[in-house]
Amino acid sequence: MFYREAGDFKTSYVDDNQTFPIRFDRYRYYAVLVAAFAVIPFLINDYWVNAVFLPFLIYTIAAIGLNILVGYCGQVSLGTGGFMAVGAYACYKLMVAFPEINIFFHVIVSGGITAAVCVLFGLPSLRIKGFYLAVATLAAQFFLVWLFNRVGWFYNYSASGQINAPERTVFGVAVTGAQTAPWAAYLFCLIFTVICAILARNLTRGMAGRKWMAIRDMDIAAEIIGVNPLKAKLTAFAVSGFFVGISGALFFSVYLGAVEVGEVFGINKSFLVLFMVIIGGLGSIFGSFAGAAFLVLLPVLLKNVLVGGLGWPTDLAAHLEFIIVGALIVIFLIAEPHGLAQLWRVAKEKLRLWPFPH
Amino acid sequence: MNDMSQETTVTADGRKIGGVVMEMKNITLRFGGVVAIRDISFDIREGEIRAIIGPNGAGKSSMLNVISGFYHPQEGEVWYKGERRPPMKPYQVAQQGIARTFQNIALFEGMSVLDNVMTGRIRQMKAGLFAQALWKGTAEREEVANREAVEKIIDFLEIQHIRKTPVSRLPYGLKKRVELARALAAEPSILLLDEPMAGMNVEEKEDMSRFILDVNDEFGTTIALIEHDMGVVMDLSDRVVVMDYGKKIGDGTPEEVRSNQAVIDAYLGVAHD
Repeated sequence: MFYREAGDFKTSYVDDNQTFPIRFDRYRYYAVLVAAFAVIPFLINDYWVNAVFLPFLIYTIAAIGLNILVGYCGQVSLGTGGFMAVGAYACYKLMVAFPEINIFFHVIVSGGITAAVCVLFGLPSLRIKGFYLAVATLAAQFFLVWLFNRVGWFYNYSASGQINAPERTVFGVAVTGAQTAPWAAYLFCLIFTVICAILARNLTRGMAGRKWMAIRDMDIAAEIIGVNPLKAKLTAFAVSGFFVGISGALFFSVYLGAVEVGEVFGINKSFLVLFMVIIGGLGSIFGSFAGAAFLVLLPVLLKNVLVGGLGWPTDLAAHLEFIIVGALIVIFLIAEPHGLAQLWRVAKEKLRLWPFPH
Repeated sequence: MNDMSQETTVTADGRKIGGVVMEMKNITLRFGGVVAIRDISFDIREGEIRAIIGPNGAGKSSMLNVISGFYHPQEGEVWYKGERRPPMKPYQVAQQGIARTFQNIALFEGMSVLDNVMTGRIRQMKAGLFAQALWKGTAEREEVANREAVEKIIDFLEIQHIRKTPVSRLPYGLKKRVELARALAAEPSILLLDEPMAGMNVEEKEDMSRFILDVNDEFGTTIALIEHDMGVVMDLSDRVVVMDYGKKIGDGTPEEVRSNQAVIDAYLGVAHD
């Protein structure tokens, strides 16, 4: 009833091009933003931030990045873990080398460095497609992890081989290190997530997005109407790498604080982010949020229900989680290849008509 | 280029036909031992509708692919706007203002009609990646300006009602029209149509013929088309090239071609006695 486009006329192309063309959607979006910035920081404690919000926000950025590459441009990548590691190590080196510069810029520059590395590993995409490209990016994954493990310069020759985030502040408030308040870490990541989502949305609704989707849908036709495939693919790798790098930098500096590369940024991470993109919805920014939320919340929920509620042993619950996630991915691929985002779209279509049948 | 072809002539229905805009000189295209095109020369004049016809396997589509840069002929030269064109990638040809449609529809199935047609504006949209990421300012202005141009084409081809529909949901005839819209959106100097009426019923063919004539009339677009329906070709085109087994066997107005003995033989067959 309340969810109507009727009477909501667009009189300019600017209005028609909005991210949320339906008024109700727009107000809900503003409400979510206000809640996220002005309400949640006052309510959350350490558990909520570290178990739910930080991983959700950071994985969302990674999922947006991967979604641009896989969902929009159609270039399969299994190197996300390795590229996140590039972001993390770039951020670490920058934090140590330039302690006087605000960490905000360190994170952004880490994104830029990752973008450059990502373009380098994206070069094979000009020649190979599909599974073969996936294997090529897999090589990036293993090579990068090996590199950060073996070359001492990257972890400043620390005895443990780990990298540790020193304390850094923004406006006098610590956002990294042991003294960080939960709300500060949360807000710092939230700002990045929101900005990244807006940038990604702007890119995908404009000409850049159309070029990527053209390459994805039919690369020969894209070339014949004037899309330079080399440029389109490499910009997709660059933009994707930028977002993934930011998420890697935040994952290390704000969320974990200390990283051992093989453990944190292994192949599992690549698959986790890919699953988020698939379950959330290929080619949808909202899907990246939904997928990240789903795969971050599901283990927390299962743990609370099975271990906390039913009193099952932790290891049994952990293994059950693998089974459930695996089954869900298979079900999604069969039943709804466009993921949660498509379910959401269908629900909105239905709501638009409700309570009338047509 | 001879001087004759530079003169502007006016057709019976009052359209202006200018000088030569594209000229193919002695094109030969081989695939290994197979000669797809053998020493063919012809020109396309500004504002005309030029048809390429011939039986199956005559090399018509190969010819179009040479023009649009998919194939690079082993011999011969392509002259475009008075200059010899160096070997080019298809996207560079497109950026020079040559747009085309495909025999089998080549639309972007995952995108809406509007996005498909907007993609055709690639030549006109220059905003950089950063401007687009920020959106407000250059990118938005450019988007709106090009949207207006695209909406004119959408109006012109009468596809307003489906502009937000994903292409994958459209029937065949409409897809063909969307593909034409995408090619037109580029405001091309030459529009190449590869069998624009393949697989259409009579009414759809009539619609498409009307659109082709209107495009030519309204925007003065030069059109080169391949078509099998002889009635359509003879009615639409100003001049016709006839190909058979990779060779040119006829070139001229529809009337001239119709009375050409070699063409009649190619189409009707000859008695070998």
